[in-house]
Amino acid sequence: MQKKISSYPFNGTAEQEQKLDAVIAANKHDKSRLMAVMQEAQEIYGYLPVEVQRRIADGMDVPLEKVFGVSTFYAQFSLSPKGKNNISVCLGTACYVKGSGALFDKISEKLGIGADECTPDGKFSLTACRCIGACGLAPVLTVNEEVYGRLKPEDIDGILAKYSE
Amino acid sequence: MKTVAELNEIREKSLGSIALRKGKEALASVSTEYKRNVLVCGGTGCTSSHSKQIVEALHREIEKNGLQNEVKVVMTGCFGLCALGPIMIVYPEGSFYSMVKAEDIPEIVTEHFVNGRVVTRLLYQETVGAAGEIKSLNETDFYRKQIRVALRNCGVIDPEDINEYIARDGYQALAKCLTEYTPDEVIKIVSDSGLRGRGGGGFPTGRKWALCAPNKAPQKYVVCNADEGDPGAFMDRSVLEGDPHCVIEAMAIAGYAVGATKGFVYVRAEYPIAVHRLQIAIDQAREVGILGKNLFGTGFDFDVEIRLGAGAFVCGEETALMTSIEGNRGEPRPRPPFPAVKGLYESPTVENNVETFANVPQIILRGAEWFASMGTEKSKGTKVFALGGKIKHTGLVEIPMGTTLREIVEEIGGGIPNGKKFKAAQTGGPSGGCIPASLIDTEVDYDNLIAMGCMMGSGGLIVMDEDTCMVDMAKFFLEFTVDESCGKCTPCRVGIKRLLEILEKITRGEGTLEDIDRLEELCGYIKANSLCGLGQTAPNPVLSTLKFFRDEYIAHVVDKKCPAGVCKNLLTYVIDKDKCIGCGKCARNCPADTIHKTEYTAPGHKLPSYEIDPSKCVKCGACMDGCKFGAISKK
Ligand SMILES: Cc1cc2nc3c(=O)[nH]c(=O)nc-3n(C[C@H](O)[C@H](O)[C@H](O)COP(=O)(O)O)c2cc1C
Ligand code: SF4
Ligand code: SF4
Ligand code: FES
Repeated sequence: MQKKISSYPFNGTAEQEQKLDAVIAANKHDKSRLMAVMQEAQEIYGYLPVEVQRRIADGMDVPLEKVFGVSTFYAQFSLSPKGKNNISVCLGTACYVKGSGALFDKISEKLGIGADECTPDGKFSLTACRCIGACGLAPVLTVNEEVYGRLKPEDIDGILAKYSE
Repeated sequence: MKTVAELNEIREKSLGSIALRKGKEALASVSTEYKRNVLVCGGTGCTSSHSKQIVEALHREIEKNGLQNEVKVVMTGCFGLCALGPIMIVYPEGSFYSMVKAEDIPEIVTEHFVNGRVVTRLLYQETVGAAGEIKSLNETDFYRKQIRVALRNCGVIDPEDINEYIARDGYQALAKCLTEYTPDEVIKIVSDSGLRGRGGGGFPTGRKWALCAPNKAPQKYVVCNADEGDPGAFMDRSVLEGDPHCVIEAMAIAGYAVGATKGFVYVRAEYPIAVHRLQIAIDQAREVGILGKNLFGTGFDFDVEIRLGAGAFVCGEETALMTSIEGNRGEPRPRPPFPAVKGLYESPTVENNVETFANVPQIILRGAEWFASMGTEKSKGTKVFALGGKIKHTGLVEIPMGTTLREIVEEIGGGIPNGKKFKAAQTGGPSGGCIPASLIDTEVDYDNLIAMGCMMGSGGLIVMDEDTCMVDMAKFFLEFTVDESCGKCTPCRVGIKRLLEILEKITRGEGTLEDIDRLEELCGYIKANSLCGLGQTAPNPVLSTLKFFRDEYIAHVVDKKCPAGVCKNLLTYVIDKDKCIGCGKCARNCPADTIHKTEYTAPGHKLPSYEIDPSKCVKCGACMDGCKFGAISKK
């Protein structure tokens, strides 16, 4: 899978750096915990800019290539920052059969962005995900942590409006 | 935990906490603390439809009415009927409230809990008889044919309370194995039960354990595969959310049987609730002494750790999963050596699926014969299916192997909504195939599915109706596998991409009959030459749709039509000039400005009708969506 790598300038804070260092210190003893460290780093920064990956590589004492290899392999790791509100449309089988493709297209058209992109004002980003396990409510999407189910394309305007002020 | 006696003591003490949920007999022998138990589903499905707010409202109203000492609210795992969530059951009556709203709670609390009058209006209507009498859940179509083994405790106990698990005979199977059976005897029981792997392949579990047991090594491992990659399957998640202890217990049993002292559960990161509850369960088990050193004073040590996946389908493949636990890119390794010999950290490893494990404690407690009495000749026991797609009762069902597809779709699933016709069911996800309507009487088990070019997979069962295009469906699955191929070997990395390109060409209306032949040829090559199961099975959705729905492919390439009306390039939107009243709404909606007034006025109408110039149409469907008179259709 090809990943979008962002060119946004990195602006991490000292506080974030402190948190990251603590995570690294707690896991350093076991190199197989690299993924767990990267997952927590993504929690802290929202994504994994190269600066963060380098710090992890140094801290865990593994080559940067290895960190990069892992971050580009797994879909969950994002190399670009997300918007303030991240919309994730489920394109799992159950949702797709119930028309989640049309939901995705409609949002993409409304926001003028494609998959893994962010609106210029930084308000929204759009991703496609696979099965969040709420197939009973298909088709579903999530905005940040909130799940919306049993949707029709008509519902999209209302959802976007809720998050656009 | 020092002894079995201590376990039994906890059990005795906790029986009262769940007795209300078990009916009159259980109530006769123990006294309960509460008068009522309210069970609210806290699975992913129902939490998404806001069951947390229901629980908050319940607490608020219960307190308002001073019922804190009478009514206990429990958040459980999934009841199965996700389509009707949020779901709530009230015991001892067993009243099944569906699609509950927070606004309904005050009425339920005052009417039902205070005045003792069930609010019939808010019940799941199938549990209300013609004369207004209330039937038990097990009499409804959805539940009648179900037998719950793996899901036995889901929706019954509080998954965050180990005592409720112990009250349901939890950890008795482990105690029995450690104190009464040798490891070989445990393996024999599992073998005799006929249990086969529920993760997809259907490999006999007892045999897998027997292959690992004799291998000597300083450290051996038990791994639980909770990656659940098939999009549309969610039984493993439900087991972990609803009954995490049964997986821990089974892993310890497997550890004892094969001589492993360390376990890992590899869970997808997309399942936060499951991870959270599993961690609580592990912590509680450690605290009580059911995980750790010297279990039940037998000298056997066992502990479990969670590892999170990060969204890569191929990591569900057993060797890739192990490379991922080791902290690497999750690329598969060639086999042999098999994990039983050289698995995690190069050590002998047993790897099983969540649902496989969930069956084990019951097999130990109730015996191999009991388990083998369910199912078909070569597929024993039950299977959990996640019903999804165009079916009324989407949700989770556990039924004996060998139940026919007709029973699953028409009875349990409640049929197809909106009066549409059943076309096919898809099983096995991106590695599987479809069962067409003509074979609806097939008994569903491992071997019957394989015989028709399908596969059990993890148990996702997606129902499709006449509006589903089978070519588009095959394309959908290939988009998935192209994305998920790890890229290690060429037949898979390049081959599947070529397959997808051909399918894209066909759905654009540019395909030829030769393309169909090329598809078949390429499929055979990819299956034969890929390194791991992902590549080897990726062509299945194409082969299976070609086998049963070849005429649809032909319609796409020869007639340039999509019979289901899905493939955009092959559609034409037309206005029925006699139904069109001439309001002009479609013309205003059309982004391509390609709808114009005609000279023709239909008899009985005042205004001339409109027509679409197909040359400029971008097939957005806006005209059809907006027409209130049903005058526009796609062909
Ligand atoms: C591409 C691919 C994906 C797989 N995904 C899963 C999965 O998500 N969950 C699972 O339990 N098994 C999955 N399997 C099957 C595992 O490799 C393995 O056979 C299984 O977990 C063994 O456990 P069982 O014998 O209990 O079924 C997958 C296999 C392949 C080839
Ligand atoms: S078959 Fe596909 S997924 Fe499997 S190893 Fe080869 S490239 Fe990777
Ligand atoms: S489908 Fe869209 S582009 Fe075509 S006629 Fe209707 S509104 Fe216009
Ligand atoms: S397929 Fe969308 S939640 Fe499962």
